[in-house]
Amino acid sequence: MIRLDISKQLESSDGKMTLHINTSIQEGDFIMIYGESGVGKTSLLRMISGLMQPDKGSIHVKDEIWFLHQQINLSPQKRKVGFVFQDYALFPNMTVRGNIEFAMRNNDEALVDELLEFSELQNLQQRFPHQLSGGQKQRLALIRALAGKPQILLLDEPLSAVDYEMRKKLRSYIQKIHKKYHITTIMVSHDHEEIRDLGNRVIHLKKGKIEFDGLVGEFDELKTANRLFARVISFNENAITVKIGESTFTIENIEINQPLQVNDEVLIVTDLNNKTSVILSS
Amino acid sequence: MNWTPLFLTFKLALITTILLVFVSIPIAWWLSETKSRLRPIIETLVSMPLVLPPTVLGFYFLLAFSPGNAFGAWLNDWLGIKLVFSFFGLVVASILYSLPFMVHPIQSGLANISTSIKEASYVMGKSKFTTLMQVMLPNIKPAMITGIVLSFAHTVGEFGVVLMIGGNIPGVTKVASIAIYDEVESMNYASANFYSLVLFVLTFSILLIVYSFNAGYVKKFWR
Repeated sequence: MIRLDISKQLESSDGKMTLHINTSIQEGDFIMIYGESGVGKTSLLRMISGLMQPDKGSIHVKDEIWFLHQQINLSPQKRKVGFVFQDYALFPNMTVRGNIEFAMRNNDEALVDELLEFSELQNLQQRFPHQLSGGQKQRLALIRALAGKPQILLLDEPLSAVDYEMRKKLRSYIQKIHKKYHITTIMVSHDHEEIRDLGNRVIHLKKGKIEFDGLVGEFDELKTANRLFARVISFNENAITVKIGESTFTIENIEINQPLQVNDEVLIVTDLNNKTSVILSS
Repeated sequence: MNWTPLFLTFKLALITTILLVFVSIPIAWWLSETKSRLRPIIETLVSMPLVLPPTVLGFYFLLAFSPGNAFGAWLNDWLGIKLVFSFFGLVVASILYSLPFMVHPIQSGLANISTSIKEASYVMGKSKFTTLMQVMLPNIKPAMITGIVLSFAHTVGEFGVVLMIGGNIPGVTKVASIAIYDEVESMNYASANFYSLVLFVLTFSILLIVYSFNAGYVKKFWR
């Protein structure tokens, strides 16, 4: 069990903000951290990993104290976390295998082989990161974070830099990792599909505070959030071209339930089954 | 033709460059990491040789190292080291004189590596030293090469500092740049031209290699 009770003054785009987190996480949980950018999601992961120091509070992990205000502050080296950075942070001078070996606390060749096989990177183990595709880099970053046998796995928007198809694949890959290794995982994401597919609990941060903390199924934001206001440019039976902000989009396989006119203001809604429909607003 | 000044020049440049690597890495690392208020002062001191006339540097070295003064006397009496008019003194002065040429490239190389690379290594339980040696330095090879070559070339081109502190002792402190000056003074243009030409061709080649390397022409063959 992990107990977090931390606060930290952060600089955000609207000036100073205090991030305050008070929650506990069960072993084996998959927590999604959700919220607007600049709300302190990454800072939370950095404080858990020891890369950033909270102003006040404490961090307990099982029966160890990782941080206690003015008394204890374990260095990142001593906290057993796996961290996947947004930019992967692969070591350019090391091969795929070298990256994994470097990440280990105790040398364990069998585990290296296991991780390589699991990530289907065994044929690429002598390649360097610049010779890998985006998805391969991502898989390497994920298994590398497991190599040190961490107690907590921290994922900072690991899928934000890959395209939609690759996201879907990597999502199931992260699911597989969690199923196999049961590591308590905290992942930052603002992708609704990701949250639904991966998490069992969501923490929604707003203005530095926890706005919602509960099961994914109970998180209302997911039910209503995929709504976009748009202006109709043209349409036919199952496709519509709309203007959202300054950009135009054509959406196909869409259900149009109401009589529409060009220049109408509409609401485009994607429901939980990924079905998209158009509703006349007002 | 007397090759001794040329040998002496390259001996001096080689020893200076090797020692500079060891001296500069900790300084460059500290400068790229620190948030200390001392940083601008240290940075200024490191950069001074870029703008100061070499004779100023040489003059103060001469004063400091002279056995007639406290520091020089202490070195002489306690450690038996004589820095004025000796080859060893030239090495010490050259290290200080070429310091910015080694520190600056390494420092900017280290500062340009994404912080997440360094942090990833810390989270893996690796110390700052291990991270520097195994992650940071191997990823700034071009900066290291630039620093090494520029320091070497700069030491080859030294004149004022060497003249002030080394004098003009054949076989000990009479390096090529001073030999050229000497030969011209005695109207011996053929010898002066010989030394000059060797230095010219060599410096050209060295710098050409650096710029080709940094432009990526040589990178393909490197690893």
